[in-house]
Order: sequence, then C-alpha cells, then structure tokens
Amino acid sequence: MPSILSVSDLSKIYTNAHTKKDLKILDQINFNIEKGASFSIVGPSGSGKTTLLGLCAGLDQVTSGSIVLNDIKLDNLNEDQLAKVRNDHVGFVFQNFQLIPTLTALENVMIPLELRGEKNAESSSKDLLARVGLSERMIHYPVQMSGGEQQRVSIARAFSNNPKILFADEPTGNLDEETSQSIEELLFQINKESGTTLVIVTHDLELAAKTDHMIRLKGGKIISN
Amino acid sequence: MDTIVKPGRLNESWRWVIKMAWKDSRRNRTRLFIFILSIALGIAALVGINSFKSSLVSEINNQAKELLGADLAIGGQSKSFTEEAYKFTSDIPGEKSYESSFASMIYFPRTDGTRLMNVKSLKGAYPYYGIIETDPPEAADQFKKGQFALVDESVMLQYNVAVGDDVKVGETLFNIVGKLKKVPGQTEIGTTVAPVVYIPLDYLGGTGLMKKGSRINQTVYYKIDDPNEVAETDEGFRKELDEMGIYLETVEDRKRDTGRAFSDLADFLNLVAFVALLLGCIGVSSSVFVYIKEKIKTVAILRCLGASSNQVFFIFLSQIAIFGLIGAVIGAAIGVFIQGYLPVLLQDFIPVEVNSAISWVSILQGVFLGLFISILFTLLPLLKVRKVAPLGVIREIVSKKSDSWMLSGIIYTIIFLFVWFFSKLQIGEWLEAFFFTLGIVAAFILLTLTGKAVIWLVRKFFPKSVGFVWRQGMANLYRPNNQTLTLVVTIGLGTALISSLYSMQDLLIQQITISGEGDRPNMVLFDIQTPQIKEVQEITLDYDMPIIQDVPVITMTLKEINGINKYQAISDSTLGYKKWVYNREYRVTYREKLISSEKIVDGKWRGEYQEGDSVFISISKGFAQGINVNIGDEILFNVQGALIKTYVGSFREVDWRRVQTNFLVLFPKGVLEDAPQFNVLVTKTTSGDYASRYQQAIVRNFPNISIIDLGLILSTLEEILGKISFVIQFMALFSIATGLLVLLSSVITSKYQRIEENVLLRTLGASKSQIWKILFTEYFMLGTIASSAGLFISMVGSLLLAKYVFEIPYAPNYISLIGVFLIITSLTVIIGLLNSRSVTNNPPLQVIRKEV
Repeated sequence: MPSILSVSDLSKIYTNAHTKKDLKILDQINFNIEKGASFSIVGPSGSGKTTLLGLCAGLDQVTSGSIVLNDIKLDNLNEDQLAKVRNDHVGFVFQNFQLIPTLTALENVMIPLELRGEKNAESSSKDLLARVGLSERMIHYPVQMSGGEQQRVSIARAFSNNPKILFADEPTGNLDEETSQSIEELLFQINKESGTTLVIVTHDLELAAKTDHMIRLKGGKIISN
Repeated sequence: MDTIVKPGRLNESWRWVIKMAWKDSRRNRTRLFIFILSIALGIAALVGINSFKSSLVSEINNQAKELLGADLAIGGQSKSFTEEAYKFTSDIPGEKSYESSFASMIYFPRTDGTRLMNVKSLKGAYPYYGIIETDPPEAADQFKKGQFALVDESVMLQYNVAVGDDVKVGETLFNIVGKLKKVPGQTEIGTTVAPVVYIPLDYLGGTGLMKKGSRINQTVYYKIDDPNEVAETDEGFRKELDEMGIYLETVEDRKRDTGRAFSDLADFLNLVAFVALLLGCIGVSSSVFVYIKEKIKTVAILRCLGASSNQVFFIFLSQIAIFGLIGAVIGAAIGVFIQGYLPVLLQDFIPVEVNSAISWVSILQGVFLGLFISILFTLLPLLKVRKVAPLGVIREIVSKKSDSWMLSGIIYTIIFLFVWFFSKLQIGEWLEAFFFTLGIVAAFILLTLTGKAVIWLVRKFFPKSVGFVWRQGMANLYRPNNQTLTLVVTIGLGTALISSLYSMQDLLIQQITISGEGDRPNMVLFDIQTPQIKEVQEITLDYDMPIIQDVPVITMTLKEINGINKYQAISDSTLGYKKWVYNREYRVTYREKLISSEKIVDGKWRGEYQEGDSVFISISKGFAQGINVNIGDEILFNVQGALIKTYVGSFREVDWRRVQTNFLVLFPKGVLEDAPQFNVLVTKTTSGDYASRYQQAIVRNFPNISIIDLGLILSTLEEILGKISFVIQFMALFSIATGLLVLLSSVITSKYQRIEENVLLRTLGASKSQIWKILFTEYFMLGTIASSAGLFISMVGSLLLAKYVFEIPYAPNYISLIGVFLIITSLTVIIGLLNSRSVTNNPPLQVIRKEV
C-alpha cells in the first residue's frame, strides 16, 4: 500500500523564552502510515504525542527532519500553504471538541466545505449530522449541547471535507465511558466507510488496541513500533 | 504549493468571509453595537455641525443683502472724509443714507446711570434690505423724525430704563421711543460687546461730540437697483477710495467676510466634536482589543480547518467595518437632529436666520469618516489575528514574538497623520495642529503609563492582610484579562477633556480679575481734550482717586517703510509688508522714560529727541515681527498731514493685560508735543458705588469723555463667556456621553472576562453581597484612578496654559474638580454594577449557558 504520511528524522525543540534554554520534545522520529490504515500514538503525559500530531497535521513547523503528507512535503510550506493542505486533505477531532461557540452545529460542520467554496455545503453537512445522529440538534449552539453531542458535531465536521487523513487527539478524553464507547464506534465506522486514514493520539490503550498500528512514545522517542 | 485563489474562487472566498463575519457576530452583536456606538456621537456632532455650516453658508448667500442692509456701503474715519471723498460718495448714483458712529458715554437721567455705548446717528431710509427690529416696531422709523433715540434692549433692562425715558448723548437729551432688538448684519454677541444707541443724524451736531480729533466713523449706504452699476462703482472707485483710507463694501464682500467668520466658528466646534470622536475611537480600539483576545480560540480553530490568515483577518475586519458603518449611519442620523438644534444654540453668534436643510454631502462625509476611523483604530488589535497559530487548538501557546512591529508602526503613523491632518482642517495651521495632535498623544501615553504603574504598584504592594472581598476586587486590577489600562485611558482622557473645558473658562475670568487686583489701575478715561485735562484731574483727586497715568495720545498713519509705500507693497508681495500695516490708524504717545509694563529687549531707547538728530522710536516686539521691521529700519508717519521720518531704535516687550495705556509705537520727548492730541487718564476706584458716582460726575461735566472700567469689562466678558460656555458645554456633552458609552462597552467587555470567575465563586458558595462587594471594589478603584489621572492631566495642562499663555498664577477650582471626580467615579461604579446584575441574580448554570 502507498504511504499517506511519512515521517523521517523528525525532531522538535522549543526554546524557553525566559531561560533561553532548549527543550527537546521529539527526537529522531521515523515512521510511515499506509493509506486507509488506522494508527495510534500512545504514551504517558509529556511524551510528545500531541506535539507529534500537531507537526504531522501541519499545525506547527519541524525543527529538523521531514514530513510528507499525501505526497506533499510540509517542511518548507508557509502558514497559508499549510492551511490549504489541511483544508484539502486533513480532518481533526479534538479532546475539547473545539467548536466555534458563536456558530450552530450545522454552521460548524459547514466551515471546511465553505472554505473550499463547495456549493452544496449545507446539504452535505446536514447529511453528516444526520449520520452522527444529530438531525434534531442542527441549529443548537455548542453551549446548548452535551459533551458527547459536541464531539459528534466535531466528528461530522472532521469528515465533511472528505479528508485523506484524520487526526484525533484524545477524542474520548473528556467523555464518560458509555459516551466514549459510542464515539469510538462512530469514529471507526465513518472512517471505514470513507476509507480515510485515522491517526489517534491517546493514552487509552484499549482504544489504541483497536487500531491497525501503534507506536509508543516516551521522552520524545519511539520506544516501540 | 500554490495558494493563489482562482478568480471564481476569489468571489467565493470573499462571500464566505462576509458570511462568516455575520454569523460569528450573532452572539456578540449587542457588544459590537455598543463598541461602535462610541463613535456614533462624535460622528453625530460632526455631521450636525457640517450640515449646519452648509445651511448657514446658503442662508448667508440668500440673505446677503440683509446682512449689509444696502447694495453698497462706503465708510471710514471722519478725518478721511475730505471734501474730495465726499464728492466721490455723492457722484455714486442711487439712493443714499448716512451714518456716523462712535463710542461715547451715555447718561440716563431718571436712573442716574452711565455707560459706554456705540452711538449711531442715521439719516435716510437705511436699511434698504431687512429691518431694524424694535419694540414697538414703528419706533424704527419714528426715531428719525425728531429728538428721539432707540436704545439697546438689554442695556435698557440693565439700567432700568423704559420707553418714554430720556437718554443724554453728549449735551443733548433724546426721548427713547423704542427698544432696539436687532440691527441688520449684527449678532447678539456683537451687541453685547458694543451695545448700540440710535439717534437721528440731524441732531448729532447738538451733542457737541463732533469735535476735531473725535474718532467718528462715517458710512454712506446706497440703494442701487442696477447690479451693473454696483459692479462699475466697485471697479471704478475702490482703488481711489482705498488711497484715501476709505473702504468700499459690496454685498459680495459682506457675504465673503461673514461666511469666513462663521466658518471659523464651525471649525472650532468641529475640533471639539473631533476630540469626542477620538475618544470614541480609543474606546472602540480597546474594546476590540479585548474582543479579539476572546476570539483567539475561534481563530485557531478556523486556521486549523484551513482558513488563511488573511481570510480570518478579514472576517473580523468585516465585522468591525459592518458595525462601523452602522454606527456611522446612526451617528449621521443623530447629526441631522443636532443640526436642527444648532441654530437655536448659536443664535447669539450668527447674523442670519438659519433654516436647517439636509446636507447629503455632510452626511456622506460623516458616514465615510465613521467607517474609515472605526477600521483605522481597530487595525492594531486586529493585527493579532494574523499571528494566531493553528497549534492553539491543541495547546495553550504563548504567542510568538510578533513580527508585525513594522505594520503596527505604519498604523500608528497613519493614525497620527490622520489626527494631524483632520485637526489642520479645523485649526488651519499645520504647526498648531501638530501640537494639538502631540498633546493628545502625550495624554494618551501618560494615561497608559498611569495604568501600567497602577497594575505594577497594586501587585507589588498588595495588601495581603485585608479581607477576601477587598483582596479579590483589588487583585482584579492586575490579574490576566484586567481592564485597568483600557478604563484608565478612556475614562481618564474623557475626564481630562471635560475638566479642561471648565478650567479654560475659569482661567479667562481669572485673568481679567487678577489684572485689576492690588494697586493696579481699574479705570481708564479717554478722549480728554487738552483744555479739559486740569479739571478732570481735579475731579479725580476730589474723589480720592490717584492719577496713575495721564498720557497724551496722537493719531497718525504709516506712509512708508524703508521707502516702500502701500501700493508698492501690494503690487510686490515679496517685499513682505502687509496692506493692513498701511491702512490702520496708529495711536502713539511720547515720553522720556519707559513705564513698569514695558522693557527694552533689543536696541537702545533714546528718551529725548536731540535737535538735528534722527527721530528714534521704539516698537513693541510682537508688532515689529508682525509688520516685518528690524532695528534701524526707516518708517515715515503721516501725523494728521505732517510727515515725520523716524527710525526703529529699539524693540519693547509690553505687558498688554493691565487696565492701563500701552502703545505699539513710542516716540521720544520733543517731537510730537505740538501735534493735535487728546489725553488718557488712568486711575483706580475702590468700590463699585464710588466708581459709578465718579463716572456720573465726569460724564455730566464732560460728555465727550469715554470711560472704561474693569467692572464693565468683567461683566461683558462674563456675559460673553456665559454664552460661549453654553455652546462649549453642549459640545462637551458629546464627549461626556461618548465617555459613558466607552465606559459601558469597557464594562460589558470586562463582564465577559469576569463572568466565569464570578460564576465559579458563586458555585463555590460566594454570596450575592460578596460578589457585589468584589465588583464594587474593582470599579471603585478603576473609577478613582481613571478620574484622578484625567484630572491630573487637566490640571497640568491648565497650569502650563496659566503659566506660559496667560502668565498668571494657577489656582485650581477645587469644587468643580471634586465634582467631576465624584461624578465620574460614581458613574463607573454604577454602570459596572448594573451591568453585572445577571451574574448575581441568576443561577450559575443559567448564566454560563446564556452569557458565555
């Protein structure tokens, strides 16, 4: 299978603004993810999981090394070019849902499509919300919904632009067990139906075990693949 | 990677930006509306004034003939009306009216009152256009038919005089047949300065006031039906009359001069309105700053989902622009209402009746200005949006050091240039406008530093031992998302502005009052003829009053400077001599020594003329700069027919503010002794009652002598200032109301920042009264600090003005300062608390769902 995400010799160093000391968050990371696969990154808090996800999704710039996402080398792209890559190829699901509080559920889902200038943004988004079981909650604002409902909206939004790859950062981290279960099922189900590559960052080993591949991080290094 | 959007996509992208801006604004519209409303009042004032100005100009054009009362007027001082000049005036065709006017003491025998008034004696059917308004109306014609007079209505009221009483002008008694209400072309403020008494010209001779040397202005008014004849007269006679020192005024001249004068008034009002607008802009800017801070998460999400930094920037810029436009339109609508009120407000200052007509140009200008200024002042906080990293969706990140300092610099420069340019439009001078702008910038910097100092000081010296409620309230001054800086700057600037307007008024009154304190003179008698001097001195001493100065005055005109006469100066402007220098009449004196109010700053004073030597005169330094002469320059004077060649020997610095005689040009002893002259006597009275009895004695004995006393100057000034201050207070209202709106929007902004914290406190068991006390502490501290800082700036400004402009000691009016302090602080607390009611009156969860 061809690769959708290829990470080579990736390092990320942050410099403390006050002490001017360098802090190495990721050190010489290498891995490949095949198209359509599901993949999890696990590790304890502070191991660099979220940083790795941010870099792979083009949310931040690498210090050294290289990331190739769907045959696009991210290293030398500027912020606006990266934004276009995200809009065209990437979907996101976050632990804190990250819905825009001033928009309704439907409007939140429509954003990626509208950004691409899709004519049928509204009808596609309504379909997606129906698929995640929220056809009755479309005109509600995030504060008027439960955590599980907000995460469903977030999933609908993540799939709205038919992404090649979907990054999920602790997608069930803020939810109770029962809700987590249904969200996991929903995520895997839509992922399978859409043929999207799924990358999950989690410290929940049970969730990680449901993916095709898993890497473990500790202290910024891969300790098992 | 290609990020260029194709043309079709470009439209799509913009549509999305606008749609997104509108959607995102839904939950914030009240806030955005109040932010933007801060600029609406400034725009309203500007639109109102500019529309009024445009109506005024059109009314001046429509009523131009009523302004002059004739088609043509020719006038000048009586000495210029030689036989040749009279021949000229009679050669001009058309119906004629004659007027002689001069300042003189008048006396009301029944009430024993005396007052300096502007006596106008009239013959003919003037005014040909418009009317002399009198009560009863028929008195306007009746007074010309006998020994009758019309007296200014307010003077009659002041001196308790009624129609039917007599008034003595010079040596003649006139029966008052009517109250004078309005004269064509004269403003209410004009009659306050120089109230008029009309008498028939045929009776002027009997008053005995037309003696040689009397300063009488003669005017001939013409009614010429054929406009071509007016133009021909203008072309044919103006220059020759000008040479004789006589002016010719057409309707067009009056129209232009009146228009210019009231355009200056409108410009001044515009400047005050502009300050209100700036205040609103600073408020909008700081509110948007906080608003954008709250939107950082939304921006990060949008960036994460693929929106470009420009798209996100334009989403919020569009929001501001849309609401700016709404604010500007609301402002323009309010402006139309204000325009309707301005003619009433300014009725004392304008010579025509103004009917308000909608000026679409002013409205469009206002709307455009509102839109422009709301965008300009929100660009700075909006720049932050461009630097928000999408990584913000997964972790709290400290924003990277902004590389947009250059952009910020450009925006600050544009703001400075805009304020400078707009002020220049109102003030007219680049340099003055620059200092005005600099003053505003200095106040802004000072207030910012005060805000920062407060934050630092409260944190550094935090009173840990005080109770929980006080600690919470005070800690809010420096904790993240505090509003200390915003409120100190906006409320402080508003307070400074309002307080300065009052201080300025106090300073003007103070300046005049101080000028007559101590041993300084407070009364001046002028036009004393040489044979009268001894007797006037005796009466003065009889009343136990000192003769502080007894000064001879000689009138003359300037013929040449360094051999350049008026016509050479007019035809070659590079010579640097102005026409007015040659046209004006100079009243000079001669003496050997300098007096206490003057000192030599350049050259040497030669107090006595030496036979065979040149005549060395001394000129006031300011005047020398005005007429562009240097030490050693030659000046040829025409002293009532005799030419005297002089040289500038020295420059003097003169303190003009005292009630005494001071002169622009000073001759040495030994040159002018034999020239026709009159005397001026300067004295000091101790009580108002004594002063009026002394004045009555002088006027009864010597009706030609005019008296000015400090009491009259003060009462006139107070009356004028009363009228001006009403206008200023009206304009200041816009600043106050804008300040309140800025305060309201700041408090609303802060409510959103404090709400989570207060709800959490409520959840943890804080009582309603505890929350109220915390909020009270915070707003009380903010109100106190902001109004104190504003008052401090106003006091420093007033002190500098008092010291360097008015040159008097500054005594702050503590009562009004405390009043302003209490009002501003109370308003801050009241608005703050009222706005936070929802937090305390509703259950925490309901608040979170509704407000956050």
